[in-house]
Amino acid sequence: MSNVTFTIDGREVSGRAGQTILKAAEASGIYIPRLCAYKNLVPHGSCRVCSVRVNGRIQAACVQTISDGMVVENDSAEIREFRTAILDMLFVEGNHYCMFCEKSGLCELQALAYRFGITAPQYPFLNPDRPVDLSHPDVYLDHNRCILCGRCVRVSQELDHKNVFQFVDRGYRKRLQVNGEALAATRLAVTDEVTASCPTGALMRKRVGYAVPIGQRPFDAQPIGAGNLQTEDSP
Amino acid sequence: MTTTTSSARPGPTRKITIHPVTRVEGHGKVTIHLDARNTVTEARLHIVEFRGFERFILGRPYWEVPVIVQRLCGICPVSHHLAAAKAMDRIVGGEQLTPTAEKMRRLMHYGQIFQSHALHFFHLSSPDLLFGTDGTARSAFGAPPAQRNILAVAARYPDLARQGVMMRKFGQEVIRVTAGKKIHGTGAIPGGVNKNLSIAERDALLEDVPQMLEWSRRAVGIIRDFTMAHLDELRPFGSFESNHLSLVGQDDGALDLYHGVLRAVDSQGQRIVNDVDYQRYLDVVGEEVRSWSYMKFPFLKSLGPKTGWYRVGPLARLNTCAFIPSPEAEAARQDFFALTQERPNNITMCYHWARIIELLHAIEVIGGLLEDPDLQGDDLLARGPRREETVGVVEAPRGTLFHHYRVNRNDEVTLCNLIVSTTNNNEPMNRAITRVARDVLGGRPEISEGLLNHIEVAIRAYDPCLSCATHATGQMALSVCLIGPNGELLEQHARH
Repeated sequence: MSNVTFTIDGREVSGRAGQTILKAAEASGIYIPRLCAYKNLVPHGSCRVCSVRVNGRIQAACVQTISDGMVVENDSAEIREFRTAILDMLFVEGNHYCMFCEKSGLCELQALAYRFGITAPQYPFLNPDRPVDLSHPDVYLDHNRCILCGRCVRVSQELDHKNVFQFVDRGYRKRLQVNGEALAATRLAVTDEVTASCPTGALMRKRVGYAVPIGQRPFDAQPIGAGNLQTEDSP
Repeated sequence: MTTTTSSARPGPTRKITIHPVTRVEGHGKVTIHLDARNTVTEARLHIVEFRGFERFILGRPYWEVPVIVQRLCGICPVSHHLAAAKAMDRIVGGEQLTPTAEKMRRLMHYGQIFQSHALHFFHLSSPDLLFGTDGTARSAFGAPPAQRNILAVAARYPDLARQGVMMRKFGQEVIRVTAGKKIHGTGAIPGGVNKNLSIAERDALLEDVPQMLEWSRRAVGIIRDFTMAHLDELRPFGSFESNHLSLVGQDDGALDLYHGVLRAVDSQGQRIVNDVDYQRYLDVVGEEVRSWSYMKFPFLKSLGPKTGWYRVGPLARLNTCAFIPSPEAEAARQDFFALTQERPNNITMCYHWARIIELLHAIEVIGGLLEDPDLQGDDLLARGPRREETVGVVEAPRGTLFHHYRVNRNDEVTLCNLIVSTTNNNEPMNRAITRVARDVLGGRPEISEGLLNHIEVAIRAYDPCLSCATHATGQMALSVCLIGPNGELLEQHARH
């Protein structure tokens, strides 16, 4: 496959034709923040956290393929502000209580908030009334922490070949739903890849919370994006 | 202090606002009720806020509970963390903890007792006690308001203030290495703990133990000497005879703040609750609701609400236990009971002395635990047959703390009842301020600075966490109201 050369924040980067900006950047050691993107999944472009400016236009780096001479802005003040606003909205739209959440220190949403210096949201909380589905013997679904990134929908379909999750409704009414009366009525198994794929604490294995002590959790040691970029999805 | 005149009612009503804050954690209001001859009929400590942890824990998975409920409090979160963890141990059938898990939890708990008692004595109470001893004040704790704060202590007794800060810091370090954070950690999980103690963590703490022990010994001396020197004044102050309740060691009745059985004695030392398994606490304790407070009034069911109320906390614990299982604190306990000829001590102001004896005990326990190689073990979790209902109890710094839960087969919490230490002490605190109001007011229907201070001193003997008992948001404050025979507000003072 032919080589493509382009720039990210002025730095020359090469990649393979057909590669996305996100993957080409990763291969060159440049971190582009993301939430809905996940290893081995077809890109989705739904969370927009990976937004970059490409030749003057805002694009999602996880779906936009690279081309010769392309000029990408990734770490500019404008893009950082844009991403911060998206993260902020994800926080206020759900009920994210990091202080007692078992995903704390392992959560990609929380880690991104730290990376972007978000200590308190700038928008008012919506405080939605959302259910917790504890019906399954080994896995639970806390809708309070769901950011509608669609990872679980796609991992279940594409990697587990089960189709346990789907989205229903549109716009601000959009929500995650299981394909059954409740999680217990689906084909979900604790060993499915989907169980470990949620970037937040929405889909969690049961009865293992807080097993990793504070100080030894993945994001206690280093911020998200500072480690091995190929392996750090969903610690 | 500022004085304002309110026109909200006919006739002049003075409102006096006093800064700085009250050194009572939480938000409290005291009303003093007078009859036509201006005699105090009753004084009430009103708890007017509500946090509602018992409701919003419902529907959550059980393993979250020890981490969520500890957020009731920022001073003794470890108590709630451990009481909930002990309860959840039984849900997973893991109540027979591994030696490493049990000792890590005990270390965490005694670290908390040490830091909380140090905070209470040095930061909150010493300003009441230190400045009356130089002969310039009218009473043992009648120093001018400007002196009654930790900054004045730091200016006048810099060594003592520094010791208080360093002792609290040491206790918090113990919590940090066992729970992961100084405040609101995650160390105790259902059936055990999530970490052991590294050699480096152990050695760093061991280095400071001799100094902490020495300062604790000195603190016992200070409060003992203060008490003995002012005994005539302290003996009646806010005092009354009462029952006393606490956990004691299951087999020997020893002082044990982490685990044991429920024991209660009456004011003369007669056993009224005889070493009952706390899983049956509902057979022992009932809770009465009164319309004017969000805080319930617990009582021993065998005696009923009228006479069954009891005290908890350091004084109650020394009164119920047979002995203290560490040599220096046991010697201090024997000295303490020489004052009352080996009978229960019902002197409210002796809470402070009892608290400092526990401080000494806590550092002795910590020193002993740190030498134990079990803390470096790696068998951290126990499991057994599942249960659906559970009670966890610990002796928190302020007294007995009950956590009661039900968890269904889906791991969902379906019932939560918490009786916190300050709730257990609700009736005694009301009695203490009634006694103080009667003694200080003496038929004069006015709120003097002395009355305000004496009420605070009486409340502070119990070291209450008003916020944790009812669970306030907002700033701490204490207001005092005088209520006339027809329910009319005669006068109000507020401290913000």
